[in-house]
Amino acid sequence: MIHFKHKAVLFITLYMLVGLITPLFADDDYTRLRHILVEAIEADVKATSLHLDKKTLDPQVLNAMRKVPRHEFVPSLYRRSSYTNRPLPIGYGQTISQPYMVAVMTDLLKLKPNHQVLEIGTGSGYQAAMLAELVNQVFTIEIIKPLADEAKSRLARLGYDNIETRIGDGYYGWEEHAPFDAIVVTAAGSHVPPALIKQLKPGGHMVIPVGSQFMVQQLLLIEKTADNKVKVSQIMPVTFVPLTGKH
Amino acid sequence: MPSGSNNTSLPRYSIAMLSACALAYEVLLMRLFSIIQWHHFAYMIISLALLGYGASGTFLSFFSQHLQRHFSKVYLANILLFSLTTIICFLVAQQIPFNAEEILLDVKQSFYLLYIYLLLTLPFFFAANAIGLAFMKHRQHISQIYAADMIGAGLGSIVIIALLFYLLPNEALRLLAVLGILAGVLACWELGIVRKTRLIFIPLLVLLLLLPTKWTTLTISPYKSLEQTMRITGTRMIAEHSSPLALLNIIESPVIPFRHAPGLSFNADIEPPKQIGIFSDADSMTVITENSGNKKDFRYLDQITSALPYHFRQLDDVLILGAGGGADILQANYHGVTNIDAVELNPQIVKLMREKYAVFSGQLYNQANTHIHIDEARGFVSASNKQFDLIQMAMFDSFSASSAGLYALSESYLYTVEAFQTYLAHLKTNGYLAISRWVKLPARDTLKLLATAIAALKKNEIVDIEKSIVLIRSWQTSTLIIKNGHFSKKEITALQNFCQQRSFDVAYYPNIKATEVNIYNRLRQPYYYQAANALLTEDSERYIENYKFNLQPTTDDHPYFFNFFKWSTLEEILKLSGKGGLPLLEWGYLILIATLLQALVISFVLILLPLIIFKPEQQKSPLNGLGRLRTFAYFSLLGLAFLFIEIAYMQKFILFLHHPLYAIAVVLAAFLVFAGLGSNYSTRFAQQENQHKGVMIAVGSISIISVIYLFSLTPIFNTLIGLPTVIKVLFTIILIAPLAFFMGMPFPLGLSMLQDKEHHLIPWAWGINGCASVISAIVATLLALHFGFSLVIFAAVLFYCSAALLLIKKYH
Repeated sequence: MIHFKHKAVLFITLYMLVGLITPLFADDDYTRLRHILVEAIEADVKATSLHLDKKTLDPQVLNAMRKVPRHEFVPSLYRRSSYTNRPLPIGYGQTISQPYMVAVMTDLLKLKPNHQVLEIGTGSGYQAAMLAELVNQVFTIEIIKPLADEAKSRLARLGYDNIETRIGDGYYGWEEHAPFDAIVVTAAGSHVPPALIKQLKPGGHMVIPVGSQFMVQQLLLIEKTADNKVKVSQIMPVTFVPLTGKH
Repeated sequence: MPSGSNNTSLPRYSIAMLSACALAYEVLLMRLFSIIQWHHFAYMIISLALLGYGASGTFLSFFSQHLQRHFSKVYLANILLFSLTTIICFLVAQQIPFNAEEILLDVKQSFYLLYIYLLLTLPFFFAANAIGLAFMKHRQHISQIYAADMIGAGLGSIVIIALLFYLLPNEALRLLAVLGILAGVLACWELGIVRKTRLIFIPLLVLLLLLPTKWTTLTISPYKSLEQTMRITGTRMIAEHSSPLALLNIIESPVIPFRHAPGLSFNADIEPPKQIGIFSDADSMTVITENSGNKKDFRYLDQITSALPYHFRQLDDVLILGAGGGADILQANYHGVTNIDAVELNPQIVKLMREKYAVFSGQLYNQANTHIHIDEARGFVSASNKQFDLIQMAMFDSFSASSAGLYALSESYLYTVEAFQTYLAHLKTNGYLAISRWVKLPARDTLKLLATAIAALKKNEIVDIEKSIVLIRSWQTSTLIIKNGHFSKKEITALQNFCQQRSFDVAYYPNIKATEVNIYNRLRQPYYYQAANALLTEDSERYIENYKFNLQPTTDDHPYFFNFFKWSTLEEILKLSGKGGLPLLEWGYLILIATLLQALVISFVLILLPLIIFKPEQQKSPLNGLGRLRTFAYFSLLGLAFLFIEIAYMQKFILFLHHPLYAIAVVLAAFLVFAGLGSNYSTRFAQQENQHKGVMIAVGSISIISVIYLFSLTPIFNTLIGLPTVIKVLFTIILIAPLAFFMGMPFPLGLSMLQDKEHHLIPWAWGINGCASVISAIVATLLALHFGFSLVIFAAVLFYCSAALLLIKKYH
């Protein structure tokens, strides 16, 4: 019993020490972890190239991933896991997406610096920050007020002055700033809102992850052609061919 | 303070009450966890919590002598502890932040799950202690105690179903705890416990009754859609209705409307009218749509894949299976259908539509051309003598549940070869059967549906099957249509126009060209088209074999439509799990395997290991006794066999009674009550010290009846299917009675064999039996998934015969 007690005390002490050390992680450490994460994403993209139709992502997207401090967007409880390639809970039943998925989605938008981008579902603000690294102006709408408030102050604190946030319904897009070169819908309802398709510029791209908070089943890529026609691609973000062998 | 004495009367009533509460608690936990979590985890949690019975056996093996000296007090204490832990353990368990979806991402989640198991094991542990102690104390009357246990459990299964119609699940939980206390009161009366001890009930009852409602409010996972909806500004819960089928939450969202229109065409420039959401078990949503009589408001219902059959020709008689909030009825109305029959399983939804939301929904459920039937879909069709122009099957499950493979373990008799034959038999010449499903990537549901439909058409000996099938898809939904006849050129043209106008893709129609597919919603390859072509050729078996998900057509003996798991794919998917591959996992099946492995490990740790290491109450088995090994084998076999038969026949009777809930309640209650009566009858063999004869008679009868039923139930059911439900329930009870009666005998007879010289083995046998029952439930599901229910019954007969052989060996 005494032996057990000693072990327990040792364990608790170690646990507390780890807890104390964690906040002392330097920015350099996070930068290093971020670079390791981006390398992992690059490897995953290579492995998934069959479905993504490319072997590497846009270097600008990867640079943005190296820059945006993901640890600032996750609750302190999960800070230590902020550079693991997985979605993390941010409260209110919402998550910050898996970095790999954020990278792929951002890449699919084919962004240019002069682009104007709309995001439906701000969440933690991480995706908006990624977009803001790549384009001039980002507009983002969040339906859950506390999340929207937190994201707004976080983005301001991190110096993202090219992101405009709004609390409310994303179904009708953001008419005053429309049309957009790209739209990301991270909080999709039962269908793609017609207003969003309208607010997409000819030649523009819209990306919608479909699935649950922790598992993206497919990425819906909607492209509006120069003649205003809509083309949809259903992309499985993983290399998996449903048939084995030759048929 | 008095202690138990040999003079105390048999605590029949308190045992019956306690068993009733324990079984009711098991059913209630299933409901509660289906609401706060997801139903597959509910299954996992309850299976393991039942190991409390096994752990109790071990506990009693160690301490029974000491405990028996204070029988009355210990018996009462265990009943009261059961009562208190039912509510306390659940309330603590629901505060644990377990998230099923993170289980492969976060090691913490496994510990949370373990913590939940341990908590929920406690009530069952205390209930089993009380019953096990009674077995030991009154070992001369084991059969009667077991009878009280079984009959009580049988009644419990009926009572909880009835209760859930009147009480919300959290209120039912409080009531069960109070009923547990009442079992304690009965125990006092039966055991002659003095007044001073009885005073303990007053503070306990006060505590339970005054527990603040806020404490017992359900804490639902924040990832379920009800919780997410409730975070939106302006949403409010208008009403909450409980039934054993589901907890319904009626939600209004005036600021940000629901706009529920799954699979709506990209080309549609319309928005659904105002809607009210009905959430089942805090998740899957159906909506009631405001209907002010303006047809234009419902144009959006023509912009989804399920509208296709209305474009073939004017349809007069339409049957809608799964009416819910009425979207499919509105769609039929929009297309000018003159006569609509609509079937809905949940009477509460029908009541809401007919009364509270009658005006809001434009009297949709009361309109003259619509006949609403409260019934199970397939059961209704089987019993109906009408024929229809169109049978429209809605998407019953929610997208999130469907995409996560959560229904893998649920049997569904809606999508089997025999079900398709039934639907087809109720189509008029040139009528259509239309089934819509969520699109899953890689394709699974729709392809299995197609394979099953083709198997049904083949069984009906239809020629040129390929001319009777069309399949279309949007990015979100697919609609498969089977025609009772061949599709004409005119119909194909209508289909092409319908899809082109809405940017839906054609996956298959007779004589389709490869250039016509995968145009609007582009997949990496035209998977649906390829699959349809392969499944319609002689090559279909090879295609199914080579496909990485299970597409085998489902049958009534093998009714797991939602199980797509294949072992051969697991390794590949696990390798991809860090690279976005997790959605490919078929969770339901894996959870079943995980539950089995955990049950085996926990059984070993909780039940066998302590008994092996410590050898409780070191008594050597007498030479003429059963012996440890034989006791272990006998009671394990009985535990496995009893549940194998119960589960397999429950499935067969669900098919007959159709309504899953009532079928389970009736079948379970009948099995338990008649087994209880059988146990009571077995007393005569025990008294004559002729237990082996009783076991032989019982096992012989079980084997004969099981085998007869295996071959004769289907024809019997087919003959009786059209009878009113009450008569069918009566037949069910009559058919179950003899089987269950004999199944109730081997267990108490076995225990009574131990009563004289090996009574120290009684709690052990009780624990082993409990443990085998848990494993049995899981193994039965696994066997049924792979080999069908018939094999489960054969296996059970084999187990029973082996158990009987063990005794023959002894007596020779």
